[in-house]
Amino acid sequence: MGDYAYAAPATVDSTVELLSSSASSGTRTQVLAGGTDVLVQMRSIDRGPRLIVDVKQLAETNVLSIGEDEIYIGAAIASAILNENAELKSKLPGLIESADLIGSTQIQGRATIGGNLCNSSPAGDTIPALIANSAVCHIVGADGERDVPVEDFVTGVGTNCMADHEFLLGLRVPAPKGNTGDAYLRFIPRTEMDIAVAGAGVRVTLDDSGTCTAARVGIGAVAPTPLLVPEAGDALIGTQVDEEALNAAAAACSAAASPITDKRGTVEYRIKVVGVLCKRAGAIARDRAKAR
Amino acid sequence: MAEAVDLKAIGTRPVRPDGVEKVTGRANFGADLNLPGMLHGKILRSPHAHARIKSIDLSGALAVDGVLAAVSGKDIPGGGDLGDNVLANEKVLYHGHAVAAVAARSAFIAEQALDQIKVEYEVLNPVLSIDDAIADGATLVNESQHTNGDTSQPASNVAAVTKFERGDVEKGFADADVVVEGEYRVPTAHQGYIEPHACTATINEEGKATVWCCTQGQFDVRSMTANCLNKQVSDIRVIPSEIGGGFGGKTTIYLEPVAVKLSEISGRPVKMVMSREEVFRATGPTSATLCRAKVGAKSDGTITAATAWLAYEAGAYPGAPVGPGCMSVLAPYDLENFRIEGRDVLVNKPKVAAYRAPGAPQSMHAMECAIDDLARELDMDPLDLRLKNAADEGTVAPYGPQYPAIGLRACLEAAKVHPNYTTPPAEGQGRGVAVGFWFNIGMQSSAEIRIAENGAVTIMEGSPDIGGSRASMCLMAAETLGIPYENINAHVGDTEATGYCNTTGGSRTTFATGMAVIEACEDIIAQCKERAALTWELDVDQVDWEDGQAVPKPGVNADVKPLSLADIARSAGRTGGPLLGRASLNAQGPGASFSVNWTDVEVDHETGKVDVKAFTGVQDAGRAIHPSYVEGQMQGGAVQGLGWALNEEYIYDADGVMENAGFLDYRVPVTSDMPMIDTQIVEVPNPSHPYGVRGVGETPIVAPLAATSNAVRDALGFRINDLPLSPPRVLAAIDDNE
Repeated sequence: MGDYAYAAPATVDSTVELLSSSASSGTRTQVLAGGTDVLVQMRSIDRGPRLIVDVKQLAETNVLSIGEDEIYIGAAIASAILNENAELKSKLPGLIESADLIGSTQIQGRATIGGNLCNSSPAGDTIPALIANSAVCHIVGADGERDVPVEDFVTGVGTNCMADHEFLLGLRVPAPKGNTGDAYLRFIPRTEMDIAVAGAGVRVTLDDSGTCTAARVGIGAVAPTPLLVPEAGDALIGTQVDEEALNAAAAACSAAASPITDKRGTVEYRIKVVGVLCKRAGAIARDRAKAR
Repeated sequence: MAEAVDLKAIGTRPVRPDGVEKVTGRANFGADLNLPGMLHGKILRSPHAHARIKSIDLSGALAVDGVLAAVSGKDIPGGGDLGDNVLANEKVLYHGHAVAAVAARSAFIAEQALDQIKVEYEVLNPVLSIDDAIADGATLVNESQHTNGDTSQPASNVAAVTKFERGDVEKGFADADVVVEGEYRVPTAHQGYIEPHACTATINEEGKATVWCCTQGQFDVRSMTANCLNKQVSDIRVIPSEIGGGFGGKTTIYLEPVAVKLSEISGRPVKMVMSREEVFRATGPTSATLCRAKVGAKSDGTITAATAWLAYEAGAYPGAPVGPGCMSVLAPYDLENFRIEGRDVLVNKPKVAAYRAPGAPQSMHAMECAIDDLARELDMDPLDLRLKNAADEGTVAPYGPQYPAIGLRACLEAAKVHPNYTTPPAEGQGRGVAVGFWFNIGMQSSAEIRIAENGAVTIMEGSPDIGGSRASMCLMAAETLGIPYENINAHVGDTEATGYCNTTGGSRTTFATGMAVIEACEDIIAQCKERAALTWELDVDQVDWEDGQAVPKPGVNADVKPLSLADIARSAGRTGGPLLGRASLNAQGPGASFSVNWTDVEVDHETGKVDVKAFTGVQDAGRAIHPSYVEGQMQGGAVQGLGWALNEEYIYDADGVMENAGFLDYRVPVTSDMPMIDTQIVEVPNPSHPYGVRGVGETPIVAPLAATSNAVRDALGFRINDLPLSPPRVLAAIDDNE
């Protein structure tokens, strides 16, 4: 590794100040939460010098609150903490499962949902689950705070909407009401320790008759960015989320996908499998909603 | 041969002598050695799969502050192909081929300095597949390579053609009621050892070098390094570290001559450690292959003829394991008519190295798939078809020798009644059967037995322990000497500390080095009997050795107490000096090991994913010295074979650049991918070994490839000929079939 500097400012304001000043001085800067992507990139992809700004010491990035209307997940909260929170798991099982798919037990002691989002990989596992759950990014920077829906956050492979002086404080997830359930499934050739070839997250809300009143579907690893697929959600709304509806949602996901052929899978494979995952995740989300 | 009865130590499962050091992290591996003043060496690698080197300018690197030495191909004057692979001379032959190296005060400086080396290339077309290599007008990897050295023919990428033939194949097929055939491709696979190659070297002003490295054979590292540097073997001492996996891949060298040369120039010790990416790009995997198999049989299952056409990628230099592939492909069968033809094919990829039963998994995948198809055509149980044609004692193997006692039939019969076989696969699952084989080797070994003053036994031998062999040595010594296992320790010596041993490979160590240990123990027993005779004033032929002590022979009238090894050792100073036993030999009759594997799989028809639900291996070990380590070999080999069958492959782009040079995308199985690998050891003693040992380490990787293919065939109702059975390939095949 090359020379690098490390800073762990004590407050949000001083973090923003440091990010602003290093941006204006042209210093290459990278925000670190758990570091499970950053450290790997520093060792194996790009060893060039940089300033690392650690945000996991901040109180604001460590807030975890489960409210009536909103669940707030601080950007630096390790997946292991989320995975062991029974209340969170019962409210957002799909989102927590998506975090639990990333890395080994040891890695999950550091890895964060916020970091997974900010790494902005097309294959980031938590992103389709966040999109399905209508999650919103809570961002702070020199111009103050702002909220951005997750589906608008990632702008390209490894890039996102945040300016150099901004960083992610946390994620706002609407608390599930009534008969609501979510699920996330990814496909990997192994059982664990791998990267999604395709992924799909689904959240549905059912009325008392089992008819779907709200549905969102997010997909990953099948386009330059994770995508919200409104047509897939629409295909479920007003139905019993039965096989026919799920097949229609699956077809919408396949139609929305614009994948590449690479070492992890072919275009044809990914287009087909993202639909299969949508169908299977949709059935799980429906069953969870019914069980509420 | 010793009788099976009355073995006390052999067949028990004690803790290994090297266990504590390893589980506590104290054991030293290749990268663990650090010396005062040590530099770090790094290698500049070719960005092209095939190019002519027009010039190399090292001056920019040498100008970097902290760089003390730089070398290129001309600094490695010997070694032939091996030397050219260590540092390229006229051409680079694969992406990642080593071109130059620097040594600097830190690894980071060394890496930065590599960017300052200027290499001018004339880029050439790469040859990236067997089909391309053997096509008319193919680009030549090596313009002076002629098939089998026949310069009357034009130069060719086919370095060698091997043939085995017997009987009348055409008549055999004409006599057949059923004939099946197929063409099968197996991809390049890496051994996947966890520990990357690493060494540290230092050389003094007299030109005497010391090399510390992780290797399967310190004596081969010594001779290969000496050859590359035009030195004598006696100029180099090689000290082997513990080894974090080898599987054949650490039977050659990559770094050692470079480290010695950098040390010579800089006057400092130089350490070199490969990254995982370098291991993938530049060390030897095993061959990708294209194999054709054809088998004909009578309606009762009697095979009337078989042919195999095998082409193996050698990588950049000749030496694919196609010879062993030819030897293995029909080894399980007693055949009148067969023809086997093998081709060693050059391509612009890393030079292949040995990998567990080198060459056998690929050719036997083809033949065992064909045999499976034959069983279906004949509506015969696949074990019955193999029993009908099984080679046995007295069969002349396709590769020449007449088999002594072998365990194939015993394995097939054990499988037939095994509850995992008699229970049918679960609903929706498919089952596949295949036979595995490896001929095993003997070769040269030395061993010394040293007895301490308290009677404790030290074994000193020269075979690096890659699979628990020190425990096996101690068990065989305990059995022979008649003393407790706990009183014995085994050490692997460096090239100056122990007698010559061939490299650990070919599943030879427990067999051949074990024989040397047993003979050295017998030498100790003979000496102990002499010392006892001297003490008791008897003739030596009046003394026996029983249960670890000297006793007068029955009927000898002597009023003496038995003398234990400790008793004799304590008084050794008065009876002739320390006890030191020794043996050296060239072991003959290694004894082939056969196996039968079957596996049950489930295929997800919507994603193409193959889940292995159950796996059973039955294998002939001759005699299992330490059954847990035999089972461990069977399980480990099965996992490597299953990984190769399911997901492992080198993926190249059109320019010959490997796209998956890391464990994220070169997918070895993780533990949760695997079912319990159930094992059953069969023991048909090898008549050439005092305790009946056969090598067991390699056979287990052979059959899982075909067993998995055959199971997927059973689950899907149609065959996918090529490996790996990765989800995209399987799903595409399902879609095509619909």
